[in-house]
Amino acid sequence: MTANFPRPAGGYFARDRQWHPPAYTPGYKTSVARSPHRALISLDNTLSEMTGPVFGHNILGEFDNDLLRNYARPGESPIGERIIVHGRVLDENGRPVPDALVEFWQANASGRYRHKKESYQAPLDPNFGGCGRTLTDADGRYYLRTVKPGPYPWPNGPNDWRPAHIHFSIFGRAFAQRLITQMYFEGDPLIPLCPIVRTIPSPDAVNQLVAALDMSNTIPMDSRAYKFDIVLRGRRSTPFENRMEGN
Amino acid sequence: MAQELGFLKESASQTAGPYVHIGLTPNFLGIEGVYPQDLGIAMVNDKTKGERITIEGSIIDGTGTTLKDALIEIWQADAAGLYPSPNETRGKADPDFTGWGRNAPDMTTGEFSFETIKPGPVPFFDGRPQAPHVTFWIVARGINIGLHTRLYFPDEEKANETDPILSRIEHRNRVPTLIAKKSSKGKYRFDIRLQGEGETIFFDI
Repeated sequence: MTANFPRPAGGYFARDRQWHPPAYTPGYKTSVARSPHRALISLDNTLSEMTGPVFGHNILGEFDNDLLRNYARPGESPIGERIIVHGRVLDENGRPVPDALVEFWQANASGRYRHKKESYQAPLDPNFGGCGRTLTDADGRYYLRTVKPGPYPWPNGPNDWRPAHIHFSIFGRAFAQRLITQMYFEGDPLIPLCPIVRTIPSPDAVNQLVAALDMSNTIPMDSRAYKFDIVLRGRRSTPFENRMEGN
Repeated sequence: MAQELGFLKESASQTAGPYVHIGLTPNFLGIEGVYPQDLGIAMVNDKTKGERITIEGSIIDGTGTTLKDALIEIWQADAAGLYPSPNETRGKADPDFTGWGRNAPDMTTGEFSFETIKPGPVPFFDGRPQAPHVTFWIVARGINIGLHTRLYFPDEEKANETDPILSRIEHRNRVPTLIAKKSSKGKYRFDIRLQGEGETIFFDI
């Protein structure tokens, strides 16, 4: 190091706030009282934003990314359509993000969550917990095995139904990249009707959250596959400064 | 027409929803046997260097109601001001400090709590010191994209005064929303108001 203070080699690309859902989206009623009214204050990236926790393989159990097995009784498995979800975590420069912690959660095949506050009459599945996690490999790849979640009704409008979806939480290399989103399934007619999907202004941004049926990676007589890539914020390259690790 | 820049777009955020705890703190919710323990529940151990502190608080919506279904993560430097991260190039952070905590507020009271240490100062990108601070990230049902804010310490008046971020906030009457209150020795209270009077400052980082 030549300088005695750490000038970052490049902050993260500014978040495109026109691409993400705004905070206040009255069609999604809960956002009305939970949305900040004041403008966000822009903050140049400092080390506090450009660093983030790192997770090692020591945290992972054998079946953490296998929702068919991680809660099931021995010899049993959850009811539902068996699927594989796979893809890559990339940054906006198109580079893979290795060692990214990806956590996911979902309803069971009938659309019921294992949660105290869930009131939908569809049954719990004794063999399905609904959570999993994994770390991306050196190419940014991840996969999980699960049952396809069911759609379910929710109290918003008088007759709102969520499309089938899997929630994803992702850590990149920096806390500035922290992201939670949802994955939808190709061809689901509920997607364009959903008030939560409709918080996203751009149809292209919605399409980016729809996983494609991937027959090439389907396992015959076992599971269909869906491909879902996730993009985290990219980082500026500043060739006139020393590059930090991870750039 | 010009050349395509060829960048990808960041995946759009979607709310963490009411069931975020299934995925991120399943043991807290009573989904046991999947993970040995929830991630982020212990930031410190017996050997962690620095002054032990507790940060408590709650998240309050625009009607004055406390949220009982949120999830909070914090990220901070160690006692020497170093981050346990590959992007930290100034030195090696305390191996007995994770820097990262995750907490689900109590489902009855909405109170959150982190056992941590007081962070050391971290430089701004131009080298000026920043006042000690803790980064907060809040997600919940009804929050479409995670909210970033910072906690600063009430007993760091001088550092807060010259902090490069605090000192340039135009609306001075909003600065106190970022400063925790000391409730007793080693205990700080940080209530986060999502909207309305006393709305906490949130950052576009």
